[in-house]
Amino acid sequence: MQIEPREYVAPWRIAFAPFAAVIVSLGLGSILILWVGASVSDAYLLLVKGAVGSSFALTETLTRSIPLIFTGLAATIAFRARFYNIGAEGQLYCGALAATFFGTGLITLPPLLMIPFLMLIGALAGGAALAIPVMLKTHLKVDEVVTTLLLNFVILLFVGYFLEGPLKDPMSMGWPQAEPIIDEGLFPSLVDKSRLHFGFIFAIIGSVLCWAMMRFTVWGYEIRAVGLNTSAAKFSGINVNTTVIRTAVISGGLAGLAGVSEVAGLKGYLTLDISPGYGYTGIAVAMLAQLNPLAVILSAIFISMIYVGADSMSRAINIPTYIADVLVGLSVLSILVSVMLTKYRLRWR
Amino acid sequence: MMDILDILISAGFWAATFRIVSPLIFGTLGELICERAGVLNLGIEGIMTMGAMSGWMWVYMGGDLWTGVMFAAFIGAMFGLLHSGFTVYLGLSQHVTGIGITLFASSLSYYIYRMLLPDATTPPKIDPFHPYPVPFLSDIPIIGEALFTQTPLTYLALILVPMVWYVLYKTPVGLAVRMAGENPMAVEAQGINVLSIRTGAVMVGSAFMAVGGAFITMSAFDAFFFGMINGRGWICVALVIFASWRPGKALIGALLFAGLDALQVRVQQTAGAVIPYQFFLMMPYVLSIVAMVIMARKASYPKALLTPFRRGERT
Repeated sequence: MQIEPREYVAPWRIAFAPFAAVIVSLGLGSILILWVGASVSDAYLLLVKGAVGSSFALTETLTRSIPLIFTGLAATIAFRARFYNIGAEGQLYCGALAATFFGTGLITLPPLLMIPFLMLIGALAGGAALAIPVMLKTHLKVDEVVTTLLLNFVILLFVGYFLEGPLKDPMSMGWPQAEPIIDEGLFPSLVDKSRLHFGFIFAIIGSVLCWAMMRFTVWGYEIRAVGLNTSAAKFSGINVNTTVIRTAVISGGLAGLAGVSEVAGLKGYLTLDISPGYGYTGIAVAMLAQLNPLAVILSAIFISMIYVGADSMSRAINIPTYIADVLVGLSVLSILVSVMLTKYRLRWR
Repeated sequence: MMDILDILISAGFWAATFRIVSPLIFGTLGELICERAGVLNLGIEGIMTMGAMSGWMWVYMGGDLWTGVMFAAFIGAMFGLLHSGFTVYLGLSQHVTGIGITLFASSLSYYIYRMLLPDATTPPKIDPFHPYPVPFLSDIPIIGEALFTQTPLTYLALILVPMVWYVLYKTPVGLAVRMAGENPMAVEAQGINVLSIRTGAVMVGSAFMAVGGAFITMSAFDAFFFGMINGRGWICVALVIFASWRPGKALIGALLFAGLDALQVRVQQTAGAVIPYQFFLMMPYVLSIVAMVIMARKASYPKALLTPFRRGERT
């Protein structure tokens, strides 16, 4: 088998790659559905119905896509500079913790100021959480993948300490949860009688801003240059360390926003289970979007469909909900191959 | 301070250290073999979960303990094959492939567990490996009690360290593996297939990782829980860096780490009233980061780590 670069990468191939990956993942996932003894077409129909089949399902899917858009953007920006931030999960909790710390009565501002203030604080906390790994990388050459992964566990325990200690809600009947965010800080609802909140608008704005930054600004140019060829970027006068640090802070900040939006938009208070792994799923979102900030919106909604749909599918045909995670894991692997096949062709001889 | 000294000379502390270190030895050696051949395997966390589930399930379904270990190793090797298919043959990003394999393997383990045991509310148990006191040696005070009254899998872990060292440094295969991670062109020039060497190393390494996971469900505990690997795989990746990719140093690093972890649990019992328990639980992860920081400057990475090899292509 020989791998040859294609002379011309057709745009339709790039556009088609994520769909091919999704089809392959769903195909492989159908083996697991057959194991249950259910009909594959029925199962996937139930999944789609459960995800978009009613206005309730649709708003639920969009609600769940909000943190995924933010963590997906976090991975997108970092991976573009080849900075492998696998710590979005921890940064999400840092953002949520900061929003809780300042948003439960410590500071009171009118809503028009309070919400941006909480988002700013959360983003700063998320960015700060990534400051240690990125400084270790740029100054001491410590691999960021392992440090960001390990910090996820540290941060979760740290948040656990706050929820059982200084920030514990005395009214919570012993559950480790924080006091509720004050009314001024809560995101307004977007659709009546649903959980969909203003965070969705913020997430869309975030995607557009990230796209514009990557496309039109010097920062974006530097991020892309460092990611494509670090030594060439250095040779052309880009300060690689500054760029990587800046990228990391932006990436951590975006992940922190996911935490703010879960606490101030969805739950209203911080618990230790606000994220069922949104930080890790964000990597899948970013890969399916081929690291394009605008495409992150679509791929986050798609992955959210899988999660919401799998919940109702599993109730209907008694299939473990872990099928959603399996499908997401499979899609990370299959998108890698399908994107590669846009640039290379395999030749059998 | 006296308390800590008392702990350090107690056999119970050392016995716990050797129990904690066993899965780390398997995982660290496995990752070390992969990286020595030039492939970073971030699938380790998922492969350990898979090994923990499959070995345990084999025994739960009526299999024998040792065939269960072999089954876990086989499953691990299969995930290694998947990893090398992506990273070695197709030359895809080792970072993203590894994370993808971890996501896929751990969720698949949970899925299979739930499929086979749909109604289990309290985790069912197996009869795990029992401690096997080595005749005579286990009579030595303290050391005997600590080191020679472990389960057979711990002995296996300890024996594997010199074996991996011997194979890597004293045999032609080991030389080829190390060269594949340093200078793959030179390996190819010798007429040895780099891709096969790397694939073999990743498969063997992944089998080790899976056995490390199986240790947790078949020797340290007797049941499978969700999230029970709990970052041990990532700790192993940090330990490989701490060990500068050497098996002997990996053992020392893992022992140091496990010792501090065992100490942490014991200090927690006395100081737990003053310091919240979460800070004790953070220690293993913080220590791993510190260990990497200490060694990172001196670290001499295998030169071709993360670099895919394509025959006939200049690097």
